[in-house]
Amino acid sequence: MKGIPISALLGLFFTVLYFAAAILAPWIAPYGMSEIVGDVWEPASTQFWLGTDNLGRDLLTRLIYGGRNTIFVASMATALSFSLGAILGFSAAVYGGWVDQALARFNDLVMSIPTLIFALVVLSVMPVTLTVLILVMGLLDSTRVFRLSRAVAVDINVMDYVEAARLRGEGQRWVIFREILPNALSPLVAELGLRFIFAILFISTLSFLGLGIQPPEADWGGIVKENREGIVYGIPAALWPAVAIVTLSISVNLVADWVLNRTTSLKGGRGA
Amino acid sequence: MNDQLRYYLARAAARKMDRRAFMGKAAALGVASTAATGLLTSAVQAQGPTRGGHLSVGLQGGESTNSKDPATYASQVPFMYSRITGETLVNINSAGELEGAAAEEWSASADASTWRFKIRSGMQFHNGQPVTAEDVAQSLRRHSNEDSQSGALGIMRGVASITTDGDTLVLQTETPNADLPYLLADYHLIVQPNGGMDDPAGPIMSGPYRWVDDEPGVRHTFERFDGYWNDNVAHFETIEILVINDATARNSALQSGQIQMANRVPPSVAGLLARAPGVEVVSTAGRGHYVFIMHANTAPFDNNHLRLALKLAIDREDMVNRILRGYGSVGNDMPINAAYPLFDDTIPQRTYDPDQARFHYERSGHSGPIDLRTAEGAFPGAVDAAQLFKESAAAAGIDLNIIREPNDGYWSEVWNVKPFSASYWGGRPVQDQMYSTAYLSTADWNDTRFFNPQFDALLLEARGELNLVRRKELYSQMGRMVRDEGGLIAPMFNDFIDAYNGDVTGWVTNPNGEMMNGFAPVLMWSAG
Amino acid sequence: MHPILKLVAQRLALGCLLLLAASVLIFIGTQILPGDVAAAILGQGATEQALANMRADLGLDRPAITRYLEWLFNALQGDFGVALSNGRDIAESIAGRMKNTIFLASVAAVVSVPLSIFLGLLAVRYRDRWPDRLISAVTLTSISLPEFLLGYVIMFVFSVKLGWFNSVSNINDGMSFGEKLGAVALPATVLTLVVLAHMMRMTRAAILNVMQSAYVETAELKGLRRFTIIARHAMPNAIAPIVNVVMLNLAYLVVGVVVIEVVFVYPGMGQYLVDHVSKRDVPVVQASGLIFATIYIGLNLLADIISILSNPRLRHPK
Repeated sequence: MKGIPISALLGLFFTVLYFAAAILAPWIAPYGMSEIVGDVWEPASTQFWLGTDNLGRDLLTRLIYGGRNTIFVASMATALSFSLGAILGFSAAVYGGWVDQALARFNDLVMSIPTLIFALVVLSVMPVTLTVLILVMGLLDSTRVFRLSRAVAVDINVMDYVEAARLRGEGQRWVIFREILPNALSPLVAELGLRFIFAILFISTLSFLGLGIQPPEADWGGIVKENREGIVYGIPAALWPAVAIVTLSISVNLVADWVLNRTTSLKGGRGA
Repeated sequence: MNDQLRYYLARAAARKMDRRAFMGKAAALGVASTAATGLLTSAVQAQGPTRGGHLSVGLQGGESTNSKDPATYASQVPFMYSRITGETLVNINSAGELEGAAAEEWSASADASTWRFKIRSGMQFHNGQPVTAEDVAQSLRRHSNEDSQSGALGIMRGVASITTDGDTLVLQTETPNADLPYLLADYHLIVQPNGGMDDPAGPIMSGPYRWVDDEPGVRHTFERFDGYWNDNVAHFETIEILVINDATARNSALQSGQIQMANRVPPSVAGLLARAPGVEVVSTAGRGHYVFIMHANTAPFDNNHLRLALKLAIDREDMVNRILRGYGSVGNDMPINAAYPLFDDTIPQRTYDPDQARFHYERSGHSGPIDLRTAEGAFPGAVDAAQLFKESAAAAGIDLNIIREPNDGYWSEVWNVKPFSASYWGGRPVQDQMYSTAYLSTADWNDTRFFNPQFDALLLEARGELNLVRRKELYSQMGRMVRDEGGLIAPMFNDFIDAYNGDVTGWVTNPNGEMMNGFAPVLMWSAG
Repeated sequence: MHPILKLVAQRLALGCLLLLAASVLIFIGTQILPGDVAAAILGQGATEQALANMRADLGLDRPAITRYLEWLFNALQGDFGVALSNGRDIAESIAGRMKNTIFLASVAAVVSVPLSIFLGLLAVRYRDRWPDRLISAVTLTSISLPEFLLGYVIMFVFSVKLGWFNSVSNINDGMSFGEKLGAVALPATVLTLVVLAHMMRMTRAAILNVMQSAYVETAELKGLRRFTIIARHAMPNAIAPIVNVVMLNLAYLVVGVVVIEVVFVYPGMGQYLVDHVSKRDVPVVQASGLIFATIYIGLNLLADIISILSNPRLRHPK
């Protein structure tokens, strides 16, 4: 390891900052989460650093608490979709035959049902809790991860070194975790960074359907939505949560890029 | 005003100079653009209506499931195209008085139970066929008979028989009803050939414009019907309704001149939009109200102390300021406000009183969180309003638990089903209709589960009472009953906030509905 | 028979089965959803009697299984019936909407797919230098912003302020191709920005993954230009993940653009489906769902075939 590049440091800094703010929310937020402290859409001032939102709550406070939900749900959903999607995708590719066919076609089926109908049906039969939210998002997203990891793994599965491993008598589990996974890591890590962003945006889409975070709790996408009408009239309340999403996304992806570099160098190439 | 400006103004008003050129000249003379717009508007209005031109209206409230069948009309876009293409028996004008439309004149028997409407002669349908009393009768029958699927079925319920007598329509009501003609102004009840019995969703109507294109949820276009009886309306040659459900998109289209009128400006941006050059934002105090409804027969809301506690725990002023941004007025836990005829303004206004609320809450003996269901679609700002309610109730020691439901299915699964939810009432032209619709024990939509025999008796008495002083007194008593015992928490009455740009003129305030009760496209005209 | 052809035949047959399964699932879904078309149409103004009348009229009082089989029987004969809500012919309505959706999706795809692959190649070529960083930052920003926010900003700048384009992207049959292109310029721009990052970053990552391979080194030693190496030698071996991500985004362009349709008032399939789901108009939801499922299954098949064709070891299995 030749030391962490500046860009990755920057990414790490913001990622850690946001995660820390999320965890420490009750101690660092200047006001109560749903406390109404001022007038509607007040501009930034020494009292309200980022101004107030569409109901007169302190925007900075809302962002800190909103980040908590956003980061937690998005991380958990991404983790779920990745572990599930990647493991099933690799298995499908490695086992092949009817296992592959069954998994892949079932995946096609789930993907082909419009998300809207899926979400509405789940919502009408299940209580809207954070767990349900994470499960729904994770499962829906894992179909996309499945396709990608299967496609990557199918390519790798026919490589000479995989055959060599098989001839050595290694089991399928070894092939999946020791041969396929390291060689499929680059595209998967890139996908991970983006899936995290999609998850953040997906939460706000779900809240539009009524399945999202329950008020007065907040999430960043939801705060953008609540304040969106002011944007074209120069009221920045909707821009701050957007900036938060953008900086977090870029940071996470900078870190992902760095991990990507490290994995490519791990593969024994000439390194970056 | 200097002579030069006056000269430009006259030229612009007479359309020898276009609007933008005038604004430019006025700006060169140092006149602020808002002032110049105002001057031009009054100069153009003084010239009187001019014919011709094309109007594009951008509206919220259209879906790709909309039909031309008047029985299915429910949202804003069908409401508007009912006004543009259709004709009801009577209309309610801006002063709240009745005006003849398909009916030329009307009269009631002394006990207000038999009503005779003389159908206007010389009216024709868009296919040239004359409109007869039988067509009108058939139309009303289709909305009221046994197998009706109409949204107006509830309104027509009190009509016992519909017959014709030559060119006269005769309606018999079950109980005396002094307000019957007001009910007949409902936008579902437009005249169709043979009442639409043969072709319910056919394009043939009898209103000022005829159907041209119909793409539900996208756009609807109309052209002026030359055979229309009233030459004083329908100034535009063609009208186009664009369905623009997103408020920001609608306002942008208005500002960039793609549409000339828009409905439902969100209160949060109404003040900001009004500052845009050439855009006029008009707010009209109406009868619509945003409410939280409790089922007065369901625990824990069957306890009047608890109901009173919740009524006292809501900060109305704050809600009007934050949710409506002042475009509205505080409500008094009854569905009636000053926009109704015979309103008693001496009924004391209930205000936010956490101490009293706490007192009643403790008397009620209830403890623990109370579930309040809401949805973005219950009314604009309903989720925010519920959060404000939660905050103000917390100060009185009442714990509200907000449950946001999906918009999808809200009206069938939550409203009128769950015991405590956010809702919206559009208001009715007269008090009797409002109370009969939702507060009579047998009402179809008794969404507060208000069962009070004394109230029912008063309502029936008032309905047949022709003495206005006595009637006002009866309504006052009924209002107080709902206010003090009912399950309605009515924190605010919303204004209609509409907008139009300088290309059109002739706006008249009409408290009966948004967009001049839907008549803005028919009554306004091009400013050139 | 060539193994690829065999695969296609097999997948097409399975595809039909999947469509049938999807139609059953969607039908069950619409039955689980609370409320029905009568309640949704009459809304707040419904009376019990009007509801009962409408249900009887539409045949909703019959058992669900009868209704499904009847629908299936007619659909197999190419008859999708009429919408319960407004009595319009479903095939005709969908054809019009689908044409618009495909048009917008095509315009966005024609711009975004080549652009994102080119940017991805560029990013690999200038890896960790400023062009790479700039491309990453811009695309990540555009993907992180909620779609409607991007839409509003673009609408505000190009329509309200500059007046170059209409903010309402209404298109109809009377317009020429050029006029239609002008009408969809803004929504297509937003869609391009939304899908660009995903495809670009996957291109970059997948190519980087194969850049260490021996043959790339060989190509370098041969003294080939760096960009040629990336485009000619590295990319073909990185095609599988790229084509899968492209496929996901194409599918998104067809089925997932509801928000953009609402913001720009574009008459496409997304809003059409949402409206009919909320009105519980089951035949329309079924027909639309079937079309979306066909698109997904078709695109997935296409992606799989391209992946196989791109890899000689898969193309000629031992």
